[in-house]
Amino acid sequence: MLPLAGLLIRAPWTSLPQRLTEPGVLAALRLSLLTASLATVACLLLGVPLAWVLARTRFPGRRLVRALVTVPLVLPPVVGGVALLLVFGRRGLVGGWLDATFGFSLPFSTAGVVVAEAFVAMPFLVISVEGALRGADARFEEAAATLGASRWTAFRRVTLPLIGPGVAAGAVLCWARALGEFGATITFAGNFPGRTQTMPLAVYLALEQDLDAAIVLSLVLLVVSVAILAGLRDRWLGVS
Amino acid sequence: MRARRWAAVAVAGLLATAGCAAADEDPAAAGASGPAAAGSGATGPVTVLAAASLTESFTAIGTKFEQLHPALEVTFSFGGSSGLAQQIGSGAPADVFAAASPATMKTVTDAGAAGGTPVTFVRNQLVIAVPKGNPKRLTSLSALAGPGVKVALCAPQVPCGAAAQNALAGAGAQVTPVTLEQDVKAALAKVKLGEVDAALVYRTDARAAAADVDGVEFPESAGAINDYPIVALRDAPNPAGAAAFLSFVQTPEAQQILTDAGFQRP
Repeated sequence: MLPLAGLLIRAPWTSLPQRLTEPGVLAALRLSLLTASLATVACLLLGVPLAWVLARTRFPGRRLVRALVTVPLVLPPVVGGVALLLVFGRRGLVGGWLDATFGFSLPFSTAGVVVAEAFVAMPFLVISVEGALRGADARFEEAAATLGASRWTAFRRVTLPLIGPGVAAGAVLCWARALGEFGATITFAGNFPGRTQTMPLAVYLALEQDLDAAIVLSLVLLVVSVAILAGLRDRWLGVS
Repeated sequence: MRARRWAAVAVAGLLATAGCAAADEDPAAAGASGPAAAGSGATGPVTVLAAASLTESFTAIGTKFEQLHPALEVTFSFGGSSGLAQQIGSGAPADVFAAASPATMKTVTDAGAAGGTPVTFVRNQLVIAVPKGNPKRLTSLSALAGPGVKVALCAPQVPCGAAAQNALAGAGAQVTPVTLEQDVKAALAKVKLGEVDAALVYRTDARAAAADVDGVEFPESAGAINDYPIVALRDAPNPAGAAAFLSFVQTPEAQQILTDAGFQRP
């Protein structure tokens, strides 16, 4: 709480309106919100099935897979960015093929920002959903199967509503982590205003020159994040 | 036990003679700073904040400095000059600041954190860094504006970025970079990784990474040379050590290390 209070106290309130309307600020904010949301969608599409596989099935090496999923949590984000470059970069394992075949490369593009953010935020979603799945009683799904539901129908109409709050909480964590991501983004996607310069990058570069500008950017990010997170109704997150 | 004690004495003796030998080798340096430092009794740690482009040369200078002044221990923190200037302004404890441009040094002097007048000790010039072999045959600034050429520049707030903007404006080249990096080593890293086709970095950086990159000279760089000022800080924890380092950097021995790395004399 103290650092947040420090930001509020130290903010240049008199020059705030004119600083807020500088073009870079709105561009960075819009890009941040867009990429964080896209990254969360990507995490949901990939992470929920992965969590289901980890929680509901048994296969050799399952514990190893779970450990690998949580690696981005312990890896310094910049190292994550370097790892992404080695795989998806122009000379990377996958990226080289992409570049040669389609002429498309992920680094320095907005898609690259989404990939970097999804990479670091995925563990939050997977762990949250896996926990919810373990807590949900598997007998409901078995009952649905005996009543004639296909696996997909059972998943859609029985499992998902059961774990809904867990998925929502995981998605919120994932979104918040993606929004604040810096190291992997600047290493993998680079920094270019309007295309890859998210709010954390803008704050870091503003800090090099103008402390007040950095504080204003930080405040904007803080206010928007708090507003969105506070606006999420408790009911959706399973808090009664 | 006795063997170990003799070994320790032998090592100590070797170190002492090595220190004396180093001091004797270079009469100019020893004459200028040896007796002075010994007389002032400067001891302890010396913290130097220096621009990223000084990494290799200052590390070598630091080793030489510690050989001449065994009682002093130099610690470096390398980074973008503007970021370091901000740290000093926020009260980071340091003895010496070496910046890559007068503009970044000015933020420190304006904040009243400088302990004297900054002195220009080297100059640095930009080159185009390309992957080894120059696969895209880029030989001029205007070639960087070509289609499909990915260029990394330093952010304009950082000295090498400001110099790059001057050079590009001088050449009238409309280059849109794919990324604006926060210090020159990050821009160089993008070239080394093969993610970009070119970056505008200092001649010293291209030389330091000669195994992975080639440096292409261009005429407009003469119009955007960066002077590197250095100053001892007002709130230095070790003012005597700071003064000793400052004077050493301007000796012929240190200047030789800097010119070998690709810097130009002031």
